Amino acid sequence: MTASRTSRRYEWATFEGVWHRQFTLFRRYWLSSTTSSVIQPIIYLLAFGLGVGTLVETVDGISYVEFVGTGSVATAVLFASAFPGMFNTYVQRVFQRTYDALLAAPISVDELTLAEGSWIAAKAGFYGTFPLVVTFFFGLTPTWGMLLVPLFGFVTGLGFAFFGMWVSGIIKNIEQTSYVTAIVLTPLFLVAGTFFPISNLPPGLQVAAQFNPLYHCVELVRAASFGWDMPQDVYHFAVLLVFAVMTWLLATYQLRKKLVE
Amino acid sequence: MRMLTGQTRPTSGTITVLDHSIATESKQARARMGVVPQIDNLDTELTAEQNLTMFAALYRVPRKERPEAVNRALDIAHLHDRRDSKVSELSGGMKRRLLVARGLVHNPELVLLDEPTVGLDPQVRQELWSLIDALRTQGTTILMSTHYIEEAERLADDVAVVSHGRIVARGTPHSLREAHVGTRATEFYASPSRLAELERIAQDAGLATRRTGPSITVLRSENADTSLLDSLGEGVHRKANLEDVFVLLTGEGLQ
Repeated sequence: MTASRTSRRYEWATFEGVWHRQFTLFRRYWLSSTTSSVIQPIIYLLAFGLGVGTLVETVDGISYVEFVGTGSVATAVLFASAFPGMFNTYVQRVFQRTYDALLAAPISVDELTLAEGSWIAAKAGFYGTFPLVVTFFFGLTPTWGMLLVPLFGFVTGLGFAFFGMWVSGIIKNIEQTSYVTAIVLTPLFLVAGTFFPISNLPPGLQVAAQFNPLYHCVELVRAASFGWDMPQDVYHFAVLLVFAVMTWLLATYQLRKKLVE
Repeated sequence: MRMLTGQTRPTSGTITVLDHSIATESKQARARMGVVPQIDNLDTELTAEQNLTMFAALYRVPRKERPEAVNRALDIAHLHDRRDSKVSELSGGMKRRLLVARGLVHNPELVLLDEPTVGLDPQVRQELWSLIDALRTQGTTILMSTHYIEEAERLADDVAVVSHGRIVARGTPHSLREAHVGTRATEFYASPSRLAELERIAQDAGLATRRTGPSITVLRSENADTSLLDSLGEGVHRKANLEDVFVLLTGEGLQ
């Protein structure tokens, strides 16, 4: 009897319920989000790979198309996690008020945050593989290590999904997301080693890049594609884990504040 | 209402629902409660059935029992022929019925209805009333908030009149009428300036009155002197109702 009296903080049944809901929603819009996830890397590859590729043949011994193709995995993950984290969370909380209905069910804010974040991250991990697949058609050789790319995408996606969810609990209206996109996300995405190597940057920016989770994701994807570099790659993975845990705590704290008055 | 589901924290006091303290066991309490919110927060891009199945999962109805639970909820809400319609294609009344069905999909012991008929036209309101009455007859406990006093009068077994966050009276609709406004009310229609005069005459004679728009209503007119009533002009008799009780207890001014 005593065991049933205390609520366990995270219960499996809750996750099943929240994921079931998101999966039902996903079945309605999978086509549009999947199409954009396929088209986006193709555009990057055409614009940068073939455009800039005529000026630059190889970077660090890798063909420029493959350099950008592997790098855009991180971009795809970012777009598939930070934006849903910000927009979907804000819309469901403020406009649709669906979170109110969910929280009237036996679900805690902590569980809701983790379940929603992990759902977004799983999608991000999945969509993150698309640029890689597209790059196969531009000559990239598949490797066994690439099987880890969904995992790298998932962990990076967790961090950025929670980051977006945290932001969604801070902003006063949905227009303010454009500040975050312009001031935070765009620089992160440009200075991640996706389109040009970090080593070409001034030393100050090189240090700054170390604090960019996307950079670590890019490095891991390239390692999986072109060869590991230990223990450096363990360090990259550890940074992503720390980022995910930090943003998870922030998102949980902020949404608790917003959803329970 | 939000405090009962742990979505708003009380500033003081404790809440216990179905033997579960909301401070420590709100999840257990919520699993046994159904909530029908005032605002429509269905997933509009999904069908009626999908909305219900989703909440059956969220309320932990075992997977095998979900189709049955969804059918039962659709039956209660008379939405069987709309199960595959997207929510955005449903009328306002159907959406409200679907919200009720969603709150019932896990067969809760207690249902919270927050202003269930606000903004609905009379036909739809009537339909919801019979739905609520059917639930009550089945033995489900319903806690309903409403500003629409006729609703409470028709549906409630136990009414609490709340003014400024405090319960000022409680009882069956009948006992509240009995205790506060008697059995008969008489309305007198007149010009606005004459109304004030009538009000003064009635009050001077010790009768309780309330404003009812273009008329004033003299309460407990069954006890009033016939000659006094005659002096007020031609009155229209009607049965005293719960709205008379509500206005009398919470004051004439706007709250």
